[in-house]
Amino acid sequence: MSDTLFIILAVLTVASALLVVVNKNAVNAALGLLISLLGLAGLFVLLDAPLLAFVLLMVYAGAVVALFLFIIMLLDTTPGAAKPFKKMTIVASLVGAALLVSGICSLAKRAVLPAAPETIAVPSMKNYAEQLFTTYLLPVQVVGFMLLIAMLGVIVLSKKFDQTEGAK
Amino acid sequence: MIFPLLAAAPTYGLPAYLLLSAVLFALGFFGVLLRKNTLVIYMCLELMLLASTLALVAFAHFQGTLDGAVFVFFILTIAAAEVAVGLAIIVALFRKRHTIQVEELNHLKH
Repeated sequence: MSDTLFIILAVLTVASALLVVVNKNAVNAALGLLISLLGLAGLFVLLDAPLLAFVLLMVYAGAVVALFLFIIMLLDTTPGAAKPFKKMTIVASLVGAALLVSGICSLAKRAVLPAAPETIAVPSMKNYAEQLFTTYLLPVQVVGFMLLIAMLGVIVLSKKFDQTEGAK
Repeated sequence: MIFPLLAAAPTYGLPAYLLLSAVLFALGFFGVLLRKNTLVIYMCLELMLLASTLALVAFAHFQGTLDGAVFVFFILTIAAAEVAVGLAIIVALFRKRHTIQVEELNHLKH
């Protein structure tokens, strides 16, 4: 059961990721990203992390893909205007991606995991909270500040400043 | 296992998940090199980020610790902030240059 689910989800994720890469229409690419996210969330559940799967769907499927679709519709780029890919670019990117996969695979073959700790942590909400508020308390606060800074940055970037303001 | 239905001795271990993660990462990388639309390049970047989170969750699961899973929380937060800022930059770019195709954005070249 678990194996079948793994294969189904893996194929779904990779196929829709391929759709993101090769599709000419940006809207279809965003929808491919959405399906890829659903498959990835399923894989997270298989890996015993349903909370992370939920957060992934909330943040990515709920916010990021919606934002992408919103921007695509706002910018209104015509898909017909895009130039076709050069053959050289295709070959070079394929070789690059293949080298990356072979490199990662050879690394993964030789890698040895450190010995597991004696007590195996159960991925429950309580354990996540304990980790986040004890060991990782400072990173949580830093990330909070970073979100604030990102928000301010977006406001500054999207605000239209008066062109004549500097000349006065 | 939280879902007892899925607990029947999975044969796909860490290597399978790592291979899947590597393939996803490579697909994203391929897209970043190939595509010319800035928005699609950005989506492929997100794909690479997601592949790395999959590897982290798999490591955490097969190691029996929570650290990798907690890291994924931080990655998701950073990714949300990054997407907001990146898309704002793309919109600002479109306002100034009226294009988001990377081959036309070559003003630093000349």
